[in-house]
Amino acid sequence: MTTAAVMVRSDAPLARRNPVAKLVAATVFAVGVLSTLDPLTPALAIAAELVLLPFFGVRYGTLLRRGWPLLLSVFGVVLTTILFGANRGGDTVFALGPLDVTTGVLTVALGLALRLVALALPGIMVFATTDPTDLADALVQNAKAPARFAIGTLAAFRLVPLLGQEWQALRMARRARGIDAGGNPVAAARLFASTLFALLVGAIRRGTRLATAMDARGFDSGTPRTHAREQRFARADWLFLLGAVLLTGLILTVSIATDTFRPVIG
Amino acid sequence: MSAVDLRGFGWRHAGRKAWAVRGVDLRVERGERVLLLGPSGAGKSTLLAALAGLLADDSGEREGIAEIDGLDTRKARERVGIVFQDPETQLVMSRIGDDVAFGLENRGVPRAEIWPRVAAAVEAVGLDHPLDRATHALSGGEQQRLALAGVLALRPDLLLLDEPTANLDPAGADLVRASLRRATDRDTTVIMVEHRLAEVVPFVDRVVVLAPGGGVRADGPPDRVFAEHGAALAADGIWVPGQPLPAPRRAAGAPGEVLVTADRLALAPRLAPTDLSVRTGEAVAVLGPNGVGKSTLALLLGGLLTPTGGRVVASSVLAGTDAARPPHRWRAADLTARIGSVFQDPEHQFVASTVRDELAVGPRKLGRPLGIVDALLERLHLGHLARANPYTLSGGEARRLSVATALAAAPRLLLLDEPTFGQDRRTWIELVALLADLRDEGHGVLTVTHDPAFVEALADRRLTL
Repeated sequence: MTTAAVMVRSDAPLARRNPVAKLVAATVFAVGVLSTLDPLTPALAIAAELVLLPFFGVRYGTLLRRGWPLLLSVFGVVLTTILFGANRGGDTVFALGPLDVTTGVLTVALGLALRLVALALPGIMVFATTDPTDLADALVQNAKAPARFAIGTLAAFRLVPLLGQEWQALRMARRARGIDAGGNPVAAARLFASTLFALLVGAIRRGTRLATAMDARGFDSGTPRTHAREQRFARADWLFLLGAVLLTGLILTVSIATDTFRPVIG
Repeated sequence: MSAVDLRGFGWRHAGRKAWAVRGVDLRVERGERVLLLGPSGAGKSTLLAALAGLLADDSGEREGIAEIDGLDTRKARERVGIVFQDPETQLVMSRIGDDVAFGLENRGVPRAEIWPRVAAAVEAVGLDHPLDRATHALSGGEQQRLALAGVLALRPDLLLLDEPTANLDPAGADLVRASLRRATDRDTTVIMVEHRLAEVVPFVDRVVVLAPGGGVRADGPPDRVFAEHGAALAADGIWVPGQPLPAPRRAAGAPGEVLVTADRLALAPRLAPTDLSVRTGEAVAVLGPNGVGKSTLALLLGGLLTPTGGRVVASSVLAGTDAARPPHRWRAADLTARIGSVFQDPEHQFVASTVRDELAVGPRKLGRPLGIVDALLERLHLGHLARANPYTLSGGEARRLSVATALAAAPRLLLLDEPTFGQDRRTWIELVALLADLRDEGHGVLTVTHDPAFVEALADRRLTL
């Protein structure tokens, strides 16, 4: 649950950019990476991202410590592709039992893995350096998102860490009532489902109470809202966005010029 | 014009046959402090929600008149602030300052005015943390004071308090009441609902008692109302000051064999190494400040957590040949037949869709006859609720059911975490009597509690962590 929290409290130049600017920049970057199937584009994107990381105030060590689930899923993707990938063209590199691991399947696997990392890194950079409250404030003030949505989501997310404690309490309470799976997978699935249901019931009740409390303090009552903390979208933020667009363009240009660009569409 | 004016007011929740509250005539003048009483189910919370303008027209049926300063309550929301029971679900933002500012933002207060008002409200309730402190790092009592600050920053003419200290330990509750005294002036009208009266009576000028069937049963200064209606209110479960409790019950004989022993038992960082044993026929109370690991101790003894240091040793009286293994390694069915754990929140333990099925879970798991189910329904006065959904029970009923579910598997050892928390007087007296009976029948009873009266009434031995 801690991944939702800010990893670094940073005064690094790019970390201080407006949250909406960071979000849009990450989206631009992701669309660029997604537009092609070749491995070079995401590789270049990852290189650029790793170079930019210190400017967001994120240490490589921190990234590795917090980003291991990402690496694990990348490894899973590579393995699955090698085992089940349909593209078995190219030369056989080595045989894995009855499976021929070919250059074709390896290229696909590598491409997928690189794309996954290239897509995830900007997201990590944004959320690692952005306070959720600042993000919601900026969405409302700079992107004109409805407060009902932005602040409502923010408030709901505040309850998420409670779900972890609640889950543990529910599991213990079930064991105390004599209910366990006893190593039976069907019983384990049923236990999981019933615990999940109890968790949801509790979450809905808490959500309703929170909504009432917000109502009572005048939320979404029709009065135009003011903002206790101002979020500015300054010239530096525009420049930052422009930088993201230029960088994406540069990477795509390189991959087109070297004739490795393989568009998703067409 | 009265601050609050109710004439023949009633509200029925959509889809319910009975009126939650009905026939209420009540006038409260500006600056009055009113304590609203009534047995559980008399509609106190509904009445507060109505005054706060929180009952949406499409969520039920309304009758009569409810006005604040001559305005219909639905149009007077800006004049009213309300504090609820549960601190967790009242805080909206993740930092102290932002949370207090939230209501001011909603009311459209200019930014330049927001922060001075935030600082003043936080100071008024006596929270001395920096404004950027995370709200989740606060204790329950601090969170509740923060919720109060969030409401006071809006400068309500009418402050409604719906059991604001019910979920807090005594020390936290004291601080909330102190903040309330300090932070409210005589321009603010206060209407509060509370169970524990002795502590709040000095704060109020007037007591209004709702009758369960509708209307107002008594209304006047606290002394007069308690003198005239004290016994009847106490019988309804209200904690009336000065009403005597039954005499304490100590164990009839010396305790018997050891059931379970904690040997340097620890769970870092929640519980430091602790020694303890519980025998048959004794009631042990575990006391200590918040965060010292009382609940953790109960969970470790109950085989629900794995210790990081020391061990739990079950005797052969409790576990037969299984005694060589620690309880956290036992199968769940064996565990429930030997140790009954009752959690602080009863709803965590409910797994069935009716009260009767809930009680049958344990015996079914163990392949035992279901005769005990009817016996328990009878003993804990749950017979009329046998077919009700456990989630729809009142606080006192849910507590009785959670104790009954633990008893259904007939364990020798009972571990209870804050069983009297937020309970009305009637449930409290019943619980003490039940646990004393169980002890005298040869059970070992260990209770984690903050409740000094409960310790006084039941415990043979106490352990302070």
